[in-house]
Amino acid sequence: MTTPTAPLTPALELAGASLAHGHRVLWRDLDLRVAPGEFIAVLGANGSGKTSMLRAILGEQELTSGTVRVAGRVVRRGSRQVGYVPQRIAIDPVTPIRARDLVRLGVDGHRWGTGIVGVARARRRVQELLESVGASAFGDAPVSQLSGGELQRVRIAEALAGDPALLLCDEPLAALDLAQAQTVVSLLDARRRERGTALLFVTHDINAVLGAADRVLYLASGRFRLGAPDEVLTSAGLSELYGAPVDVFHTQGRVIVVAATDPGAAQHDPHIPEHVLTGEPS
Amino acid sequence: MISSVDDVFNFSDYGALIALLHNSIIAGALLGLIGGLIGVFVMMRDLSFAVHGISELSFAGASLALLIGVDVVAGSVVGSLAAALIFGALGVRARERSSIIGVLMPFGLGLGVLFLSLYKGRAANKFGLLTGQIVSIDDPGLIWLSVVSVVVLAALAVLWRPLMFATVDPEIAAARGVPVRLLSPVFMIVLGLTVAMSVKTIGALLVLALLVTPAAAAMRVTVSMLWVPVLSVVFATVSMVGGIMLALGGRLPISPYITTISFAIYLGCRLVGRIRARRGWAARPSPEHRTPALTA
Repeated sequence: MTTPTAPLTPALELAGASLAHGHRVLWRDLDLRVAPGEFIAVLGANGSGKTSMLRAILGEQELTSGTVRVAGRVVRRGSRQVGYVPQRIAIDPVTPIRARDLVRLGVDGHRWGTGIVGVARARRRVQELLESVGASAFGDAPVSQLSGGELQRVRIAEALAGDPALLLCDEPLAALDLAQAQTVVSLLDARRRERGTALLFVTHDINAVLGAADRVLYLASGRFRLGAPDEVLTSAGLSELYGAPVDVFHTQGRVIVVAATDPGAAQHDPHIPEHVLTGEPS
Repeated sequence: MISSVDDVFNFSDYGALIALLHNSIIAGALLGLIGGLIGVFVMMRDLSFAVHGISELSFAGASLALLIGVDVVAGSVVGSLAAALIFGALGVRARERSSIIGVLMPFGLGLGVLFLSLYKGRAANKFGLLTGQIVSIDDPGLIWLSVVSVVVLAALAVLWRPLMFATVDPEIAAARGVPVRLLSPVFMIVLGLTVAMSVKTIGALLVLALLVTPAAAAMRVTVSMLWVPVLSVVFATVSMVGGIMLALGGRLPISPYITTISFAIYLGCRLVGRIRARRGWAARPSPEHRTPALTA
């Protein structure tokens, strides 16, 4: 799972990709090949272009330059090859819908018609998906009554409904406690090992995915670093990326990133993420 | 006292009346069907206030039609669609939409009152637009309603799944290629047509009893994506047809009967929903399943 093997079509291929909002360059000349089954953690401060990258891969945002290919094909909106777990849990709590119905929408909600034809097959598929994320016990529960971790698993099932080659996760752990976060990460880790679904996992918390991620893509100050976690998460590497001294500590299997200079100076730099400023393992 | 009870309920010659007014009963059933289905999306997309706003502008359109002597239903449809498109185009965010509706609704109502006060025809026509009229469904009216109902049903049949997806989970829907932004104005047009049809029968002031109450009641007792629309249609049809049947026996407008039945169903559903919530919504075998061990 570490290096892309030649004969396999990459699940995701970004070539010479750049993205700018007006004059502000989020990242440029990004070449990224993600092999089937590979787990890539995407780190970086707010506004460093992580979500924009996902939107570009979904075909919802045009790159300033370069190309995006998913499973060998130039990306287009609504591709079945890309699954997406968005950051915001946008579902209104009063929405009268069961977990099972939400997964059903992932299976065939994009098709026109009422869905009455083919309902039996769709039901079986929904059941498979619920089981694959360990959610069959609460499949009939209203979405409003699910815990954060349960809802996130149901949404992963919804995103996996099209059996995508690539799954994009935008901060899927944001609202979860530690145990729930671990459950979600090991679920995704198992999925990519068993089914070869590549993962692009945007997160603030590197420690939650440290054991699972093959490579880290760290975005900052219009630049990026890409490589194995040990190579990217070094004091020298991140200091160069931020253009400011940054210390990276490895302690008890966790990584802590802190600004090396006085925190007051760092606070004025919008590119340095929160966990750098606070020195806390976010 | 007795005469006022007679006004509310009087079932002598009932069979003859039903035969005479079967148009109204068919109209009630059609409105129950489309109103119950549309109501599900009205609730889920939080458009209750928009429905009220559309119905007032529909009333203005109908009043203008009455004044200048063209078809009242056509006027009602034009007013409805104009309102639906304005609300759909200007108010993307809920808060913004509410303020636009709040501004346009009294203006529409004021225009309607102006047109009606200029109108020199039968007073019953005036009052009917606001509170509904049982005898107002003639054959051309029923044809209008049937054609529009077929259009609305066909649109819903095609749009149902993507519209539901875009309503419930817009971000994942957009990622899966559902044209989320396009569906919004398309739904507003379908909603506008439904409101225009309802205004003629149950009146501009009481459209919500058809387009909101039945769906809201259904959502109190079930969360199934199948049963919410089914129950909503049943509740809306029972209110409409039941209201018409009762109204036949009295001399009052149709609306109080419909709104009362509709409200009674809602109260009943709240009660059932409360009992159900106390017992738990089932489907959760035991508390330890809240964080089950990983099975994948």
